[in-house]
Amino acid sequence: MELYVALKVTWALLLGILLTGIAIMVGMDMGVGTLLRFVGRSDGERRTALAIIGPHWDGNQVWFILGGGTIFAAFPTLYATSFSTFYIVMILLLFSMIMRPVAFEYRSKVDASRWREAWDWAFLISGALPMTIYGAAFGNVLQGVGFHFGWDGQYYQNESFIWYLANPFALMCGILSLSLAIYQGGAMLMIRGEGVIAERARRYAICSGAVAAILFVAGGIWVQFIKGFMFAQPADPGMAATPLNGPLVLMRTGAWMNNFHIYPLLWLLPALGLVSMITGSLSLIARKPILGWWLGATAWIGTIFTAGGAMFPFLMPSSTAPSESLTVWNASGSEYNLGWMLVFAVAFIPAILSYTTWAFRVMRGKVHTEIVIADEHSY
Amino acid sequence: MINPTVVDLSRLQFALTALYHFLFVPLTLGMTFILAAMETVYVITGKQIYKDMTQFWGKLFGINFAIGVATGLTMEFEFGTNWSMYSHFVGDVFGTPLAIEGLMAFFMESTFVGLMFFGWGRLSRGAHLAVTFLVALGSNLSALWILIANGFMQDPVGASFDPKTMRMQFRSFGALVFSPDAQAKFVHTTLAGFVTGAMFVMGVSAYYLLRKQHREFAARSFRMAALFGIISSLAVVTLGDALGRLDFLVQPTKLAAMEGIWHTSKPPYAPWKIFAIPDDKTQKDLFNVSIPYVLTPLVAHDFTSPIPGVDALEHSARAKVIKGIKAVVALKAYGATRNPAALAAFRANESDMGYGFLAQRYAPDQDLSKITVQNLPSIVQKAARDTIPNVFVEFWSFRLMVLLGFVFVVVFAFCAYYSLRNELEKHPLLLKAAAWAIPLPVLACEFGWITAENGRQPWTVFGWLPTFQSASSHDVGYMVFSLVGFAFLYSLFIAAELYLMFKFARLGPVQHITPTSHAPAFVQPVFGQPGFTDKSWANKSWQ
Repeated sequence: MELYVALKVTWALLLGILLTGIAIMVGMDMGVGTLLRFVGRSDGERRTALAIIGPHWDGNQVWFILGGGTIFAAFPTLYATSFSTFYIVMILLLFSMIMRPVAFEYRSKVDASRWREAWDWAFLISGALPMTIYGAAFGNVLQGVGFHFGWDGQYYQNESFIWYLANPFALMCGILSLSLAIYQGGAMLMIRGEGVIAERARRYAICSGAVAAILFVAGGIWVQFIKGFMFAQPADPGMAATPLNGPLVLMRTGAWMNNFHIYPLLWLLPALGLVSMITGSLSLIARKPILGWWLGATAWIGTIFTAGGAMFPFLMPSSTAPSESLTVWNASGSEYNLGWMLVFAVAFIPAILSYTTWAFRVMRGKVHTEIVIADEHSY
Repeated sequence: MINPTVVDLSRLQFALTALYHFLFVPLTLGMTFILAAMETVYVITGKQIYKDMTQFWGKLFGINFAIGVATGLTMEFEFGTNWSMYSHFVGDVFGTPLAIEGLMAFFMESTFVGLMFFGWGRLSRGAHLAVTFLVALGSNLSALWILIANGFMQDPVGASFDPKTMRMQFRSFGALVFSPDAQAKFVHTTLAGFVTGAMFVMGVSAYYLLRKQHREFAARSFRMAALFGIISSLAVVTLGDALGRLDFLVQPTKLAAMEGIWHTSKPPYAPWKIFAIPDDKTQKDLFNVSIPYVLTPLVAHDFTSPIPGVDALEHSARAKVIKGIKAVVALKAYGATRNPAALAAFRANESDMGYGFLAQRYAPDQDLSKITVQNLPSIVQKAARDTIPNVFVEFWSFRLMVLLGFVFVVVFAFCAYYSLRNELEKHPLLLKAAAWAIPLPVLACEFGWITAENGRQPWTVFGWLPTFQSASSHDVGYMVFSLVGFAFLYSLFIAAELYLMFKFARLGPVQHITPTSHAPAFVQPVFGQPGFTDKSWANKSWQ
């Protein structure tokens, strides 16, 4: 395999890993944000829930920022097209996400119940909305998005934005994503919380795990009936990185199953997702939240890589100009750029993982409500 | 067809959100190092007061930091949501420093900032100090990669246009990272952040000194900040001079606008304008006060280099526009046919391609192939005029920034001097000035940003991609939706931020040390008379 193709595949894989990292780490914090009003009935309980993720949410959020930066650099045309095509949705995602850092820092700094209530609503919105949009974006991409390109590479949109928000398949993917986030957040609240907080979180997390499992199976069945995308003839992976003048792409019902027919080993991915969701819920029933947390992580891996495995090499297919669909082959950065980026990824990702682990180790242990209430510096 | 209203609204949104983001960034850049310095003193001396200082200023830092993080997200989104053509065109080069910023800097800053706030009881003194330094390093490295990305917009080195993929392709990592514009701007910007942080700490401390509160705490904070400030403000002016010279070399249109040079003159006559009211329409000053023979040595650092004025720059742009139109027409033909003859025609005029794009908006139906012999001259003239940024805005934002820069040197010099002599409380006017000066460095940073980015116009990638060409093809309704949302949310945020900042600044530090009732609990003077034996000090009532 020539170097450029190897780099494209490596970055597609790294993109999958980053999207999974976002889902696990940011999703966990957003799950806590969504649950905040439900697991914490009193102000002290809510502050405890916030203190559980307090030292880490900022670091976790960088997964999201890094994900954006990576798409920008490694798949520039994908970045340009997806963010613009989903404009209204992306702006809503952004609005909800920028509330979160402010909410963390400002909520407990004023001792007035209306002030705090307002920020608690901000936590609910900035937790539930982004994770729903995150899943719904996958749902929309699986169905294809309406766009085409001008001669100079400018994208043009063919459909109105309402369609992207409100189609049943996308909404179902959105709820699946939100359920997994609530599950992950609930598991973390069980790990570092105690008493009523952990108990309430446990109930919500178990239900969410079950909902996720049901939706995941339903989605798998549904995908058989939607139109997938495929190349008419095998495409050249080393092709120039431009969506114009590309090979012919066809839309066929069930085409997203082609990769599973060719590589049956791929079935391990949905199996991993489903088994993790079920055993995860069981482990929370058995009050083993650390195991449950890791099973939540593997559930995300299974889910996202199932979608990626079905679509590969497609990244964002166009339903109105299928042959201008964005793929790993035609939307990537140059060989030189992907090479340099890989150097930095190899150098820094191990460092990031090790100091993140260290930070979690330093702050490990149960968070006690009395101590949080007594500490005015706490969130 | 590109809708000019959408482009203008996209520009407005980006400018407003970037200016807003930059209200908070400089303070973060400077405060992290001031916090690290305070904590270093704490670890070395073991004095509780320095820990109190680190924690108190850290709390104010946190209020500012959160909103900086939040609004930074907007900037990353907007390249994709509003500037899709730009992102497609340069993502291969411009995206890379942003991704590396995440990997190298942002992860470090954000992971350790959590430990900085919540790790006091759980980390050893040394480990916590290391964490604080890593936050400072992370936030400043973050600025480095962002300014490397910005440097590429100002002076696109390390990449070339590829007609096959219709975008800039990355060619040299070294050239991108060591771009002189990026390097000089990085140091200039972080130093400006240090000035902002120092002024903030000094100003709030001055407020306590004026009100005779937390006096020991305030005096120590004041002295550290004043010393930090005098060094940074001197350095920021020096680096500013280096940047001016770079503009002269790579962005002559920006320099001409900054200095309001309408006409090229015989070197070294070029006058330096102290005051002027430039009028962009007539390309004349309505009024000016200038000193001849100053600008040439000031900018070029010699007496022989001509400094091109607006007239000469517009004239030379006309030839480039004509060549650029040929390049773009050939490029479009090559894209459709992959015809080698079209490629050869493109290659012949490649270096002026951007100027062809610049003409596109004035061509019939925005299609360069529809240009005829009749309409060519007027199109060329309009496009050439577009290459000059708005002179009035550029001239004044630059002057106000420079003026403020010198004001800071003076304020810090006096403050440092009287702080070292321990005579601050004899000079309430100076203390008042220091307190009122808190927002000025932020203002100077905003003027600096306007100078840099307004002066880059009409390009997003200097000489290669016009701003007009860079925006996403949205409906006006989309833009109104996002603008209204930003206006609403950002107003709420700034109200909350200012409310909390004032609340906690007024509240002051938690006092661990019971203040001794009579003797002024003051820092030892470094020179001048020793404060503790001076009767005038001891007799004053400090309660």
